[in-house]
Amino acid sequence: MTAAEISTLALEVLALKKSYGDVKAVNGLDLQVPTGQCFGLLGPNGAGKTTTIEICEGLNTPDSGTVRVLGRTWDRDADWLRQRLGIQLQETQLAEKLSVLETLQLFRSFYVSGRTIDDVLDLVQMGEKRAARVGTLSGGQKQRLALACALVGDPQLLFLDEPTTGLDPQSRRQLWTLVEGLKREGRTILLTTHYMDEAERLCDDIAIVDHGTVIARGSPRTLIASLGADHVIRLGVADGAHPVAIADLLTIADVTSGRQTLTGYELRVSSVQAVLPSLLAMADTRGIQWSELSTHSATLEDVFVALTGRELRDG
Amino acid sequence: MRIASLRQLTLARFREFIREPEAVFWTFVFPLLLAGGLAIAFRDKAPEQAIVAIVAPADGDSVAMQTAAALTAAASGTNAPLRVRQIASDSVDDVLRTGTVSLVVVPQAGGGVEYRYDDARPEARAARQVTDDVLQRARGRRDVVPVREVTISERGSRYIDFFVPGLLGMNIMGSSIWSLAFAIVTQRNKKLLKRLAATPMSRLEYLLSFVLSRLVFLGLELAVLLGFGALVLDVPIRGSIGTLVLVAFVGAAAFGAIGLLLSSRSRTVEGVSGLTNFVMLPMWIFSGVFFSSANFPAVIQPVVQALPLTALVNGLRAIMLQGAGLDVVWPQLMLLGAYLVVSLAVALRIFRWQ
Repeated sequence: MTAAEISTLALEVLALKKSYGDVKAVNGLDLQVPTGQCFGLLGPNGAGKTTTIEICEGLNTPDSGTVRVLGRTWDRDADWLRQRLGIQLQETQLAEKLSVLETLQLFRSFYVSGRTIDDVLDLVQMGEKRAARVGTLSGGQKQRLALACALVGDPQLLFLDEPTTGLDPQSRRQLWTLVEGLKREGRTILLTTHYMDEAERLCDDIAIVDHGTVIARGSPRTLIASLGADHVIRLGVADGAHPVAIADLLTIADVTSGRQTLTGYELRVSSVQAVLPSLLAMADTRGIQWSELSTHSATLEDVFVALTGRELRDG
Repeated sequence: MRIASLRQLTLARFREFIREPEAVFWTFVFPLLLAGGLAIAFRDKAPEQAIVAIVAPADGDSVAMQTAAALTAAASGTNAPLRVRQIASDSVDDVLRTGTVSLVVVPQAGGGVEYRYDDARPEARAARQVTDDVLQRARGRRDVVPVREVTISERGSRYIDFFVPGLLGMNIMGSSIWSLAFAIVTQRNKKLLKRLAATPMSRLEYLLSFVLSRLVFLGLELAVLLGFGALVLDVPIRGSIGTLVLVAFVGAAAFGAIGLLLSSRSRTVEGVSGLTNFVMLPMWIFSGVFFSSANFPAVIQPVVQALPLTALVNGLRAIMLQGAGLDVVWPQLMLLGAYLVVSLAVALRIFRWQ
């Protein structure tokens, strides 16, 4: 890697390891986040995303491995770094008795330079709530205030740890719009999520994390393309029995790969139109009753399933 | 150090406190209730009367009847030193056991009397003295030394005068330690500390803001308690207000720092409660809030005198009651200052931010 390339990395993590007792939370994880990118760490709960991001934020120390943030290290430049990072933790309860405005004034006072509070309030659409006590805010509003606290120092690099976990669908979409706005400003963002739709919508590049290591990396489009299949067909069988061997299903033309699930089968196919007639014909000849037949365009979720044999939400 | 963030942190502390009405209530009202209650208990009143009973003399026992008459005569009038009543001989144990009288006089055959009382009770010993004088004089004893008595009830030597500075010190200790310990442990529990630790906030400023916010409230507490003491209880402040305020401020800062130290590791309010009680309890007992710390044996005096509350209470008392100045109370100030600096330094080192 040339010097020019290194300098364009906002974050570089090499061979990161962190254990808690016998549990290897992070186990040899590598990351490169170019400046200006919105980068996603996607993985199930317990994959090591939060430990990784907290090490990058300087809140946790690794057992081994290197972390360079904005080209610097936490050992030597902690104060310099803290002035330049914006951080939203997975769960922070801000002081309930303070108002939105007072909370932002407090956080703004820690930074040598930054945005004006009005500016940040507009950005997160909380201008009308400026006088409200934090304790009276809804979950989505609290999360937007937490984002505002992360933005008030005008950070070069923004860390968002599970920014929409626990929010209702409307609040999630509202937060996504905000993050998209930040992307347009050209900010570098590292976000963790276990929602594949969130990663797909917001991230330029994604690292899929499982058991403390990166198991796949690329843009959402590349990762989905790596399945070699644009669609997924789900088949359900009535009584949980599996009347066909998965190997037989995989012989059907245009079926790229597949697996047996608890309730039936899941097939990754390049063309739904080509595969469906064969499936129906097979049902006819063997007297199988499909209790469910659904198709969808392949998603990151399917990528995760193909890589691990488990579903994201299984954890 | 940036003044802006220290100011914002202190303001945040201040706002969080005043928006918690219960905390405000107990900080200001509790000490007033306590002082008021004690003022009623120890108000100026006439010297205690000894309460005495005599076993009713049998008919025809003329000597016993004279004894009873002498006591009754002494008990008449507005400033009588004793009150007397007659009881049946079988209720002697009863009245002594219930403490309704301090002394029972039992006339004996041959003209003598027997006193029954609990000599561990000061009022019983006093009753014996008064009763004996009355009876001996009635039978003709003459006092040989001429005596003139001058009684005093001087402002500044009453129990309430002794107690108000102690109460002030105890309140400074309690409110400083409690409010800080709870606030910090709650913030740690809610991960707010972790969030703050992720900002460029100076950690020293964070800790200092707690001490400073204590000082703001101390101003109010001091005004309320001293005002109540001076106006309602007529407690004197003989030294300079400036010195008094200085000692109180240094004391509050020292206890604030001790509060920080106590809450530097705990993750739960329950945990920190145990720890603060463990630290405060010995001071409630040994530091001379309710009675002079000089009552404790010489062996433990070095420990007693090294307690921060002892220093604070002794300092406040010396200033208020004896009019002491800085030339007298500087050792107490130095000791409190040392607690402040050492506690703050250790707290900063061992503080758990997550």
